[in-house]
Amino acid sequence: MSGAAREVILRRIRSAVEGAPEAEIVRGYRGATGEPGDVELFAERVRDYKAIVHVVPRAEVASTLARITEGRVLAVPAGFPSDMYAPSEGEPDGVVSTCAVAIAETGTIVLDAGPGQGTRAQTLIPDYHLCVVRDDQIVPNVPDAIARLDATRPLTWISGPSATSDIELNRVEGVHGPRTLEVVIAIG
Amino acid sequence: MSGVFVGMPAFPKNAAKAVQNSQLRFNLRKATHTIRGKRAAVVGELDDWAELRQAGKTIKDHTLRNLDRYLVELEEKVTAAGGVVHWARDAAEANRIVARLVKDTGETEVVKVKSMATMEIGLNEALAEEGIEAFETDLAELIVQLGDDFPSHILVPAIHRNRAEIRELFLKKMAGAPKDLTDEPRALAEAARLYLRKRFLEAKVAISGANFMIAETGTLVVLESEGNGRMCLTLPKTLISVVGIEKLLPTWQDLEVFLQLLPRSSTGERMNPYTSMWTGATEGQEFHLVLLDNGRTSVLADKVGRQALRCIRCSACLNVCPVYERAGGHAYGSVYPGPIGAILTPQLRGMDSELDRSLPYASSLCGACYEVCPVAIDIPSVLVDLRAKARHPRTERAGMAAAGWVFERSKRLAKAQRFGGRMRRLVPKRLPGPLSAWTDTRDMPEIPAESFRDWWIREGGTAGRRPAVPPDGNLPQESRKS
Ligand code: SF4
Repeated sequence: MSGAAREVILRRIRSAVEGAPEAEIVRGYRGATGEPGDVELFAERVRDYKAIVHVVPRAEVASTLARITEGRVLAVPAGFPSDMYAPSEGEPDGVVSTCAVAIAETGTIVLDAGPGQGTRAQTLIPDYHLCVVRDDQIVPNVPDAIARLDATRPLTWISGPSATSDIELNRVEGVHGPRTLEVVIAIG
Repeated sequence: MSGVFVGMPAFPKNAAKAVQNSQLRFNLRKATHTIRGKRAAVVGELDDWAELRQAGKTIKDHTLRNLDRYLVELEEKVTAAGGVVHWARDAAEANRIVARLVKDTGETEVVKVKSMATMEIGLNEALAEEGIEAFETDLAELIVQLGDDFPSHILVPAIHRNRAEIRELFLKKMAGAPKDLTDEPRALAEAARLYLRKRFLEAKVAISGANFMIAETGTLVVLESEGNGRMCLTLPKTLISVVGIEKLLPTWQDLEVFLQLLPRSSTGERMNPYTSMWTGATEGQEFHLVLLDNGRTSVLADKVGRQALRCIRCSACLNVCPVYERAGGHAYGSVYPGPIGAILTPQLRGMDSELDRSLPYASSLCGACYEVCPVAIDIPSVLVDLRAKARHPRTERAGMAAAGWVFERSKRLAKAQRFGGRMRRLVPKRLPGPLSAWTDTRDMPEIPAESFRDWWIREGGTAGRRPAVPPDGNLPQESRKS
């Protein structure tokens, strides 16, 4: 049944484009730069989405996490550096993760389910997501991010907390995803 | 409704209608102008926008030219990654496939993430007939579904509803809505969050569309804002994606173009809050991909019209369209409203109905849509071409010409309004379908002069679930059709 449909659709396509000229792709836009991304720009663009951003020296990440998560219990995905965060006892009310790539120009964080990032659901269900980004993970633009990522891994691109403008175009932060996104950028 | 003469409604009803109209007009204006401004700002930030647009256009043209080859490649890659690929020639076939897949899981409920393709094929209704209930999870879609009406904007489908109406709807139709619910957007969003959370966690089957499919890798891509997409795509055991065959991109690298074009054109953001990408069966899920033709191959066969298949559904053309702003999305009688709807709907459905023949006339050919289109679809040219093909009664042509004349010169508009009586002699009293919105130049009514729903069904559209309560305040209009 599906086999017949497949053949019919492919046949329809072939006869529809028969005789049409070949169409060449023109790529005159800025491609991947291969350069490091601008940390300040990234921080600013993430803040534009109403996320909370801290830029701290690498050596101070652990103490920063301890300070900003006081009173919270965060779930820790497998592979998250154990010297960065030690969860306290109790029912988690948020999640901490690393990331794969971050994009300065768009203020985007990309998770690829690698070490310290958990499954896609683990950074989705909790109402609070804390993400640690290393400065060497920040790239300038979208083409740089595409070049670094492996398409076949499950990818989640995050640009600020979840939001809707469906009610009279009023932007409301947080509908189904985490309502608070906090980002710690480790530099140096 | 034919043969029923409802006549002049009583004053309160008339007044209610007027309020409704001005609310709609206000909402639409606010929405389109807000998004327009945001779009212009973020597009202006990229000094290679013209090049990105050209790349977007040529990548899509190249894909369409070689669609057979790339679809086969996609099928191979998805299958290799543990997914199952199905092909559907038309809406009925797609609906049958999805219904069977859901039944095979033994479930009778599915969660859905906003998808134009499944709306186009009337999937929810088809599933309902098979005893399967589909829950929309996009906030706007939820509002539309609870209200039993139709989306009016690609991006903000419930733009025709104000907050008070949404509150009423939630209280009436949403199980467990707090009794003291206010009409604060934040409170309404919170109510929806709680209502849907349970569904997400319990759902075993999800149905989605996709913004892009990558042939080279077999990857599917969904862009969204709320997180309901992530919920649907990751939590349920079985995921079924119904995607039009034109959503394909040849390579992973091509995505770098569209991830810049789409969010900036669509919501006017540098990037939308969430984008999910997955390849085949992911993290223990079962994955089915239904590739949908449903008229796309006949659009592809049209030398001029085929460029409509480049469309990435960003809705930028709606937001700049003077006709859309006044007529509203419902007037187009299709899930694809606005300028893109005016060229896509008649091509997808064929121009057999009065409505579909009239759609190419719903434009003043001002060209604003072409200018903003991120994949450079020359909508005015396609409209002109379709007009030549649509055999349309002379009077209607005259009517549209007059309406077009009014719109082309905004100064004339004021004049025409003053001399409304005289204009009305030029314009036929009632144009069919969506064009009825054009006939009264003085009041510029936003919507067809009968219940949208009745009209939709009369025009051969699929009937939605019957309203549990009449669609009061929905789009109540007197029907004067004889
Ligand atoms: S036609 Fe162009 S502007 Fe309109 S929705 Fe499609 S891609 Fe966007």
